[in-house]
Amino acid sequence: MNPMRICLAALIAAGIAPAAQAQQTTLTVYTAFEAEDLQRYKEAFEAENPDISIEWVRDSTGIITAKLLAEKDNPVADAIWGLAASSLLLMKSEGMLEPYAPKGVEALDARFVDTSQPPAWIGLDAWIAALCVNTIELEKTGAPVPASWEDLTRPEYEGMVAMPNPASSGTGFLDVSAWLQMFGEEKGWDYMDRLHKNIAFYTHSGSKPCKDAARGEVPIGVSFAFRGAKSISEGAPLAVVMPSEGSGWDMEAAAIVAGTDFPEEAQRLMDWTVSENAMKQYNVGYAVVATPGIAQPVENYPEGALDAMIENDFEWAANNREQILKEWSARYDSKSEAQ
Amino acid sequence: MAVLAQHDLQITRRRVQPKPARDEVWQRGLIVVIIAYLFFGLVMPLAMVFTKSLQTYAFYPEQVTIAFQMPDGSHAEPRSLQDWLDDSGAEANDGLRASERTRIQIVRIIPKNARADVESFRVTDLSADGGQLLIDGVPSEAGQSYDVPRAQLGKVQVRPQVSYGLGNYGYYFSQPSLFNSILNSFIIAMIVVVIVVPLAFGYAYGIMRTRMRGKAFFRLAATVPVLVPSLLPAIGLIYLFGNQGILTPLLMGQSIYGPIGIVMASVFFTFPHAMIIMIVALSTSDQRLYEASEVLGASKWRTFWVVTIPGARYGLISAAFVVFTLVLTDFGVPKVVGGDFNMLALDIYKQVIGQQNFQVGAVVSMVLLVPAVVAFAVDRIVSRRQVAIMSAKAVPFQPEHNPRLDSAMLILCSVVAVFILGILAMCQFAALARFWPYNLTPGLSHYDFSKVDGGGWGAYFNSLKLAVLVSTIGAAIVFLGANMVEKARGFQIGRTILQFLSMMPMAIPGMVLGLAYIFFFNDPANPLHFLYGTMAILVINTSIHLWTVSHLTASTALKQMDKEFEAVAMSLKQPFWRMLSRVSAPVCLPAISEIWLYYFVNAMTTVSAVVFLYSPQTQLASIAVLNMDDAGDIAPAAAMGMMIFYTNALVRILYSLATGRLMGRLQAWRHR
Repeated sequence: MNPMRICLAALIAAGIAPAAQAQQTTLTVYTAFEAEDLQRYKEAFEAENPDISIEWVRDSTGIITAKLLAEKDNPVADAIWGLAASSLLLMKSEGMLEPYAPKGVEALDARFVDTSQPPAWIGLDAWIAALCVNTIELEKTGAPVPASWEDLTRPEYEGMVAMPNPASSGTGFLDVSAWLQMFGEEKGWDYMDRLHKNIAFYTHSGSKPCKDAARGEVPIGVSFAFRGAKSISEGAPLAVVMPSEGSGWDMEAAAIVAGTDFPEEAQRLMDWTVSENAMKQYNVGYAVVATPGIAQPVENYPEGALDAMIENDFEWAANNREQILKEWSARYDSKSEAQ
Repeated sequence: MAVLAQHDLQITRRRVQPKPARDEVWQRGLIVVIIAYLFFGLVMPLAMVFTKSLQTYAFYPEQVTIAFQMPDGSHAEPRSLQDWLDDSGAEANDGLRASERTRIQIVRIIPKNARADVESFRVTDLSADGGQLLIDGVPSEAGQSYDVPRAQLGKVQVRPQVSYGLGNYGYYFSQPSLFNSILNSFIIAMIVVVIVVPLAFGYAYGIMRTRMRGKAFFRLAATVPVLVPSLLPAIGLIYLFGNQGILTPLLMGQSIYGPIGIVMASVFFTFPHAMIIMIVALSTSDQRLYEASEVLGASKWRTFWVVTIPGARYGLISAAFVVFTLVLTDFGVPKVVGGDFNMLALDIYKQVIGQQNFQVGAVVSMVLLVPAVVAFAVDRIVSRRQVAIMSAKAVPFQPEHNPRLDSAMLILCSVVAVFILGILAMCQFAALARFWPYNLTPGLSHYDFSKVDGGGWGAYFNSLKLAVLVSTIGAAIVFLGANMVEKARGFQIGRTILQFLSMMPMAIPGMVLGLAYIFFFNDPANPLHFLYGTMAILVINTSIHLWTVSHLTASTALKQMDKEFEAVAMSLKQPFWRMLSRVSAPVCLPAISEIWLYYFVNAMTTVSAVVFLYSPQTQLASIAVLNMDDAGDIAPAAAMGMMIFYTNALVRILYSLATGRLMGRLQAWRHR
């Protein structure tokens, strides 16, 4: 009778409908995994744990980190699966992680496991910075394929390089932190000053420079090796170059968010994330996984990527993250695309 | 006996009481409910934006002391952190501005060598309100001391405290990059106005004042942009003019990423709004004025300037302001093709999503409100005057046959139509190409949205659900509200408040409303917090964001109905809802269905308000376009954008068919 009453009923129905589903536990999992991997990981996990379903919240590393920190007092996430170790170190220092030693953690390479007992987070796989070079577009300009980070600052590459913004992208941050560690603080910033002259734009996402290079939108994208290998397999005219000075890298890691309503399910998720089956899933896209002896070669993955990995001080990177980002934004934000 | 008499008296009293009184209570109740809806969905959230913009955070290192434990177990004289800072000559937080989330570690303030042999520390929060410190994540209490072993000192952090003032505004206007955005936004908006308004005038002139061919087609073609999110033309431009675009040489070395791209895409999405206003403005003209001008010996050119332009002046002003506001408040276009060119609406997004700096985001929102409110006010004043120029004696204008003018206008309209349809065609082509620009064989691989960000096909169906809910609920509430404002008896104050609140949303940019909703609904202390992250909040937000235009449509239709209807209904002792459902609603059905369509189409395309509000369960197609583009997956973004276009186009066609038939029946009374 009363139209208003009908409207209210519809409003309430709209809000309640999604909740009235099967008797399953839904874990809200925050991630910065590549979008195309999400479905595969979810299916593999749920096949073995049919009573748990995963609800992904995905964004780039910086955004997910900021989101987790923002929700600190009222966390939405139950677990984190696939976020840079340097970010998880930050959460750990904020007391946001629930330490847990997953079943089978002892099989992992010790470098991948948090040093606390029980560990607050577990590393799963590693990704390594690399250059995605569009050979067709570069040939048109007549410039040679760059072989080192230093090469990128040469005048012939002016306006030809895209790089992820370290404030929002984990890949961007590991580049910057690697340069500061490799070249030293002063020379590192000097290097970035010179590189900045050649940058066409800083992107929000770490894989975008490589995708842009694949489409020929820019000739050179600073990205990571796995993304380049993927694009080549999709038919992009790319060469993946490991810069001769060495490459920054980071781990994708997993952890339980303190205060989750589903501690048991979150632990089962953690158990699964270090299982052999999970490692095989990571290996589809990543050449380096946490359990030794599992990794199979990835199609079109650049040779020498493992040797290029620098000695990365994650503690240093996590502790200095905020300072580095502030300095970076003050110097270079002018060429950033919208975050 | 006495009891019985009293009882009788009561019955009589009830009989005597006129029926409408109870009816009025119902009406008042309804008005209050709708006011409450707008109050909690609009006024309160906006007030929160204002409050947030006044919040500043600062460190008070003098409020925290630390005492070293001596080897004998006693404590040395406590020193404040400010003393330690003074020793080293450093400033708290390196002199940088603190935000809500900034923390300083105590170990960074006290040099390592000064505390080398100390085993334990006693830190004290001297402040009156406490919370200066976070000890392993737990806030400290006022006046409380905490003993911290050496190994744990790294976990003690100093937290900034909130205060209220104009500090954020000072900061905002002192930042060259943020201040530049204001300038950029105004310049771009001006350029777009200068291009779009004359172009739309010419286009509408061709349709209304000439006898060129294909008028119906041109009219339809020009309204196509309202069916797609503003992100889509920007994506189309990348394919046309990007570094690998098919028309890139036309730019002669200029980059599409930046002002050029923003202007072109803005022209695309603002054109239909300007054109519709110009069509209305040019439709109200008096043939007699043209005849007089001719008789007085004025040339065609002079007639154009002294008759046509003055007749359309209010439309021109209105169009200029509408376009200006649209460009200023849109963030989709600069997001996609802006490159490093910053605009105001984009700054809100960057501050909030990128840097979690809600306070500065709130300041930018307040800045953005100013031009939007001014433009809205001008538009309202102008549209009130527009009504007055048609007199009852006016003779409708009949265009003469003029081959030169007709073909000139045909060319102009064709160029615009090709521009509009060309961009869409480009998007569709790119969405089908396997690997742009190296492999152009068509395929459907980009329609597999599960491999990219944005929520896959689920996002598309969420959008459909949102559109149906918003259009149905929105049309019902808005019509009810407009009916109360126009037709209710008495309760003048309630009706005036409702009328005022109904006009407000037009002046509020979508981004500001979205941000306001985060502030208001994501506060755990708010009893309405449960709405956060649900479809319901998206429905509420979108229904209110688009309220004003819908309200005006409903009001206009209701105003055309004679007040006599109400008088008759009242004298027949009919409750208001029967009058509403049997008379007003059927008579106003054309307006109601127009509102329904308006809500549907805009709910499918809206980005700005909902970008802050969607959750993993409620991802939307328009947001998916944004997120896919963001991740570099621009072909799937184009594919999803085109899905929105086809959906809206289909709904619009179905709408025309359905209303054509339905109106025939329900509106039969209009014909004898």
